[in-house]
Amino acid sequence: MLTKRIIPCLDVKEGRVVKGVQFVSLRDAGDPVELAKFYNEQGADELVFLDISASHEGRETMVDVVRQAASNLAIPFTVGGGIRTLEDMKRLLRAGADKVSVNSSALQRPELIKEGSDYFGAQCIVVAIDAKWSEEDDTWMVYTHGGRNKTDWQAVAWAKEAVKLGAGELLVTSMDQDGEKSGFDLPLTKAIREAVNVPIIASGGAGNADHFYDVLQHVDADAALAASIFHYKETSVAEVKNKLRQKGVFVR
Amino acid sequence: MRIGIIDYGMGNLFSVEQAIKRLGYEVLVSADKEELFATDALILPGVGSFKDAMKRLQETNLDSLINEIEISNKPLLGICLGMQLLFQRSTENGSGKGLGIFKGEIERFAGINDDGIAYRVPHMGWNELQFAQHPEWLQENEMTGDHFVYFVHSYFATNIDQEELVAFAHYGNELVPGIVQRGSITGMQFHPEKSSEFGVLLLRLWLDGVKKGVVM
Repeated sequence: MLTKRIIPCLDVKEGRVVKGVQFVSLRDAGDPVELAKFYNEQGADELVFLDISASHEGRETMVDVVRQAASNLAIPFTVGGGIRTLEDMKRLLRAGADKVSVNSSALQRPELIKEGSDYFGAQCIVVAIDAKWSEEDDTWMVYTHGGRNKTDWQAVAWAKEAVKLGAGELLVTSMDQDGEKSGFDLPLTKAIREAVNVPIIASGGAGNADHFYDVLQHVDADAALAASIFHYKETSVAEVKNKLRQKGVFVR
Repeated sequence: MRIGIIDYGMGNLFSVEQAIKRLGYEVLVSADKEELFATDALILPGVGSFKDAMKRLQETNLDSLINEIEISNKPLLGICLGMQLLFQRSTENGSGKGLGIFKGEIERFAGINDDGIAYRVPHMGWNELQFAQHPEWLQENEMTGDHFVYFVHSYFATNIDQEELVAFAHYGNELVPGIVQRGSITGMQFHPEKSSEFGVLLLRLWLDGVKKGVVM
């Protein structure tokens, strides 16, 4: 039986972690690799590096970050942000990333999922879906650009399509819950969980350790991702896992 | 001691190379048969499809290297697809012949258990290893703490020789071979280089065993 996974997400811009982090034990809290090692020691099951660099140089730096991370980390990690072509995937996976995550570029050109999956295997390809409830459509729709632009895709339909094209895992972020710290979006996660048969990472809304229990236990997400509550030490990976363990959830 | 990593163009060699270097051993990544044969032990990595991998091994003439390794009792560790290639055949994309060192076939997870309940494929994430036996290089008292390792695969070894099964995990309602061994040849279905402290420990024990000459 697989354990439920807890995944911290690190936003990286021009090779540096953004979102002020104050861990006294770290020499350089802006260094993605230092922070990654810290989370590894805390018991993180996996990591996501999200490249939010705007420039070409920033993206080049990301390849170095990946190489450094792969040299120092003994847990799997995913890299997302700005991946538009099979070549982009190749560079990051060859530098040592275990998986790549695609979002807007896959919506613009869905074949990108198939190309990556055919070349590297489905297990390397994560499709990130930013979903938001739409009153008008009476369902969750897929958005891009941080929730600003609405696409024509219903979230559940896009999830099915992404898996059909070869996605090995889905990273489902609720744009309604993101930043609210009131818990993960359980109905959204459940809807997508029931529509596909690949692992689901729930994201957006984690505010405390109990929230992880709800999404992992009640709607059976395979993994839960959070950023700021770990970075700002509102809780820790170790605390979340202890709590899950106490409540009988299978974690490592 | 120098460890050779067989580079036949399938997958991510960087992480395993780094993991072995961190444990203090020299590493040679190569596709050259002579060069590889001159190292103390070999690693056969691999990510991707079984058929493509076998084709690449044949094209680079490295399939014969692996047979020579078996005959000469040189230690070899196959990881993930690298382990699967050591079996007789696979049903991935139609039937394909493997290297035939281990008895058994590589088959896809059905994705549905005997009770008709669906389970996710690929088998991706952390699962707990249970030991069927403890070869000399892998003694029980060396393994403290939990036994979680990171798996990521859609195919697994079936109909294997139980005497060759060292450790396994449960998934769906399948017993998934995690470590197999026959003489100097070992296979690990999971990624030890991605399995945190316990994975590093398994790699270290294998390397120590090679050094002491007990992986045989």
